[in-house]
Amino acid sequence: MSIFEYNGSAVVAMVGKNCFAIASDRRLGVQLQTIATDFKRISKIHDRVFIGLSGLATDVQTLYQRLVFRHKLYQVREERDMKPETFASLVSAILYEKRFGPYLCQPVIAGLGEDDKPFICTMDSIGAKELAKDFVVSGTASESLYGACEAMYKPDMEAEELFETISQALLSSVDRDCLSGWGGHVYVVTPTEIKERILKGRMD
Amino acid sequence: MSQSSYDVPAKGGFSFDLCKRNDMLIQKGLKSPSFLKTGTTIVGLIFKDGVILGADTRATEGPIVADKNCEKIHYMAPNIYCCGAGTAADTEAVTDMVSSQLRLHRYQTGRDSRVITALTLLKKHLFSYQGHVSAALVLGGVDITGPHLHTIYPHGSTDTLPFATMGSGSLAAMSVFEAKYKEGLTRDEGIKLVAEAICSGIFNDLGSGSNVDICVITKGNKEYLRNYMEPNPRTYVSSNGYSFTKKTEVLRTKITPLMERVEITEVTGEAMEE
Repeated sequence: MSIFEYNGSAVVAMVGKNCFAIASDRRLGVQLQTIATDFKRISKIHDRVFIGLSGLATDVQTLYQRLVFRHKLYQVREERDMKPETFASLVSAILYEKRFGPYLCQPVIAGLGEDDKPFICTMDSIGAKELAKDFVVSGTASESLYGACEAMYKPDMEAEELFETISQALLSSVDRDCLSGWGGHVYVVTPTEIKERILKGRMD
Repeated sequence: MSQSSYDVPAKGGFSFDLCKRNDMLIQKGLKSPSFLKTGTTIVGLIFKDGVILGADTRATEGPIVADKNCEKIHYMAPNIYCCGAGTAADTEAVTDMVSSQLRLHRYQTGRDSRVITALTLLKKHLFSYQGHVSAALVLGGVDITGPHLHTIYPHGSTDTLPFATMGSGSLAAMSVFEAKYKEGLTRDEGIKLVAEAICSGIFNDLGSGSNVDICVITKGNKEYLRNYMEPNPRTYVSSNGYSFTKKTEVLRTKITPLMERVEITEVTGEAMEE
């Protein structure tokens, strides 16, 4: 089995009209045994940038701590928050540094850039950035997520419709994946507020 | 001085500290991850006034299309561009690195970069990693000595050619070039031939797909035609979009209002007078 299938994960981010949404499942497992149903995969870097990490859970937590450290250092030096494009380049550089012994996780970065323009991107485990204008997916459920998002996504959705679309795409995809699921965790971010919602999903 | 392996961000280059752990996981039976590859068809040709580079836009992760519209023509210098095939992270990192080295070199010498400089920097780096940095590149540009086109293989060998193709779709594209290339092509003929070669790769090779990107470099001028041709448009989308019959059930909601971003404008008042 692949290293990414050790813990199981599903992360997806979508772009809306002046807003973005990022969602993940909540299961933490050790191969086929579930050990937690409230694992946090999406973390806030600052008010306008979120990162969701899928893959090996230990690397998810380590990489998150390193990125928060680097961002705090940046804030101290530059006296401002990092733009999402800059943050994506930072993550890419940190991952590529370990090209021959990589962190076994795939990040999904979502943020609001200049003029509240939403930005999303994902990377493979060695930092190859993949910018997208519509949606990005990552995790063991990624093949189902690709299909669900292609069908359900449409451009320029408002925050509420975007929430509904991303939740439906996430829940229907994780239902077809044994290793992810047990609820969902969705953040919808607009220039004025962050709405964090826990979804009720199938617990199997 | 305390021996801290982590605190200070590294000074650059690769770091191998997770290799032992990853090898241990592989021995326990876990397969190593697959990286984003650009299956790819990349081509270049020299025409009357310069160089034309072309690339498809599909990035694959195993059999899945990860990115339907990625950029494979990377900027190296105002007069030099490079198409990359192979592991996506490697092509991006190696072209970014050489692009910054070229810029520093331009500041030092006060002259425009030469294609041969980029070639030497790239082949030195790739050879020193003995092919483990899996980047196959088509480098093209116009400098003071004229137009140049080179191919660079992951192990560091290079070729200088009038027309070149690389990537999984290279055979499909090369067949078009071999049939139709001639010296002294005009700009439009060159673009048409490059587009045809890339389309041949897109339609016949499974690792290449989506759109055609073209970059035309001439003396003193460059034109990056992103998505020059889109032979695979998405036509099956229903205009009403998707409607959901059952709404998602939410267990908990937490709303965090974001602070209004305050703009501080300095008001230059009048200087105080004695």
